[in-house]
Amino acid sequence: MASLLLPRLVYAMLVLFGVAIAVFFLIRIGGDPSALFLPPEASLADIARFRHQMGFDRSLTAQLLDFLGRAAQGDFGRSLRYDQPAMQLVLERMPATLQLSAVALVISIVLSVPIAILAAIHRDTLIDRGGLLVSLIGQSFPTFWLALMLILIFSEKLGLLPPSGRGTWRQLIMPAFSLAVYSTGIITRLLRSSMIEVLQSDYVRTARSKGISEWRVILVHALRNAVIPTLTVIGLQVGALLGGAVITEEIFAYPGVGRLAIQAIANRDFTIIQAFVVLMALVIVSINVLVDVGYTLLDPRLRTR
Amino acid sequence: MIRRFLRSRLAVFGLLVMLVVVVAAIFGERLAPFDPGDQDIMSRLQPPFSPGDDGMHLLGTDALGRDVLSRLIVGARVSLLVGLAAVVVSALVGVTFGLLAGYEDRYLGRALMGITDIQLAIPFLVLALAVVAVLGPSLGNLIAVLGLTNWVQYARVIRAETLVLREREFIEAARAMGAGAPRILLRHLLPNVGPSVVVISSLLVAKMILFESSLSFLGLGVPPAIPTWGGMIADGRDYIANAWWVAALPGLALFITVIAINLIGDRLRDLLDPRLKQLET
Repeated sequence: MASLLLPRLVYAMLVLFGVAIAVFFLIRIGGDPSALFLPPEASLADIARFRHQMGFDRSLTAQLLDFLGRAAQGDFGRSLRYDQPAMQLVLERMPATLQLSAVALVISIVLSVPIAILAAIHRDTLIDRGGLLVSLIGQSFPTFWLALMLILIFSEKLGLLPPSGRGTWRQLIMPAFSLAVYSTGIITRLLRSSMIEVLQSDYVRTARSKGISEWRVILVHALRNAVIPTLTVIGLQVGALLGGAVITEEIFAYPGVGRLAIQAIANRDFTIIQAFVVLMALVIVSINVLVDVGYTLLDPRLRTR
Repeated sequence: MIRRFLRSRLAVFGLLVMLVVVVAAIFGERLAPFDPGDQDIMSRLQPPFSPGDDGMHLLGTDALGRDVLSRLIVGARVSLLVGLAAVVVSALVGVTFGLLAGYEDRYLGRALMGITDIQLAIPFLVLALAVVAVLGPSLGNLIAVLGLTNWVQYARVIRAETLVLREREFIEAARAMGAGAPRILLRHLLPNVGPSVVVISSLLVAKMILFESSLSFLGLGVPPAIPTWGGMIADGRDYIANAWWVAALPGLALFITVIAINLIGDRLRDLLDPRLKQLET
């Protein structure tokens, strides 16, 4: 287990290190970052004072080393708007976003797994076509527009669900659903094609010939193997969900990190953006390590490597 | 090939829709019944089929009294232009990375794939938003940002294919004939990954158009004076309760366009490279 985990953890650390360097240069691609943080009406003296205060007048190498050293301790500087440590602000909003993304992931799995199984066992029938249509529509929906249409129908017209906020499960339904649509489309398509492949394999034929009930063959023998390649994609989808949460949170005024990030961009509060990107990368990289390890545990053929 | 493509009714539907979108994007203002920037505050938020001073507002007007249909037609241009241009940028970066990483898979290859993993760990939308916020909104910046943040898929698929291809006899033969690495990469490997590039590109155009509209919706796409579908949806957001058409119709146009491109891309994938079915889009 340690030999499985250790190289992946080391690699994950390297990736995070790379993300931190990218984030450092992110606010410097336009030149001196002082102008970014300050309002356009700031005087030259203000800019000079700010530049010195933030250390932007030092050499780039010194700034980079200082940034990485602090980042390793979770210190990304203070938010200029809220006058609080940037990382603390992001962490405070994190549970809300994780909850939203997790519910969305559960919704897309609950929707896509049955659709994919039904489509695969009824291959080339109307049911299969319906499954492909679900997947196509899911991947083509502009999330922000879907969110607005849901608000229009369920809040404005029918008055069934609250259009914004967080706290009750009813406030979670629309944001989680609109976030789940894209992943549902992708998982459906991939699971369907790997189910079709698995259902033609020898061990499924063997299982059938032993007289095991068809549903047991499908759910136990076939699904377990079809899930393996889909797992990687589900791992990648977590990144997509967290990214997509940015826009969903903005529309539903859901108080998560995504909304904080959008507001930070509007307020030119770039320390929050830096903390946000690194924390998101940490979550995504950790999930990829877990998926990688889970993959190896699920597929015995990979264990001996 | 073309005949086989046309055998799918859905793909033909996709082509027809795209024909309409392309015509709208090219001829824009000349097709539009009204000037898309023309404000008429007296006839603001008129529902579809309302009579205007110079003719019918078939799809109604927005909060500034501008004709929704005209803006919809002209808005196709930004979506299509950004979608295509950004895909070209991504393909250039991603294919180069993929070929190099696959051909020389020791230090260079590992370093390049490391960059790919770094890219994958950063939520795309926030990265794009931050870059646009730093550089300022413009068409060029938008294309560059979208292009430079979406090349990962090319790099991964092309690398995997190159790893297999470089062991084949014809590459060995080329090498034996004295061909150098640049020649092998460009003349022998590149043509063989062509089908995958076409398939990934066609599906990526759809994603790019969605990304562009998301950024425009958040006000960080192109400058607000240019009509875009994403920008129109943002304009209509505040009036959604009593003037649904302002936000609903551009979204519908976006949705149908993206479906059409995905249908074409799916058909191309089925015909050109069935192995790509597992593509992690």
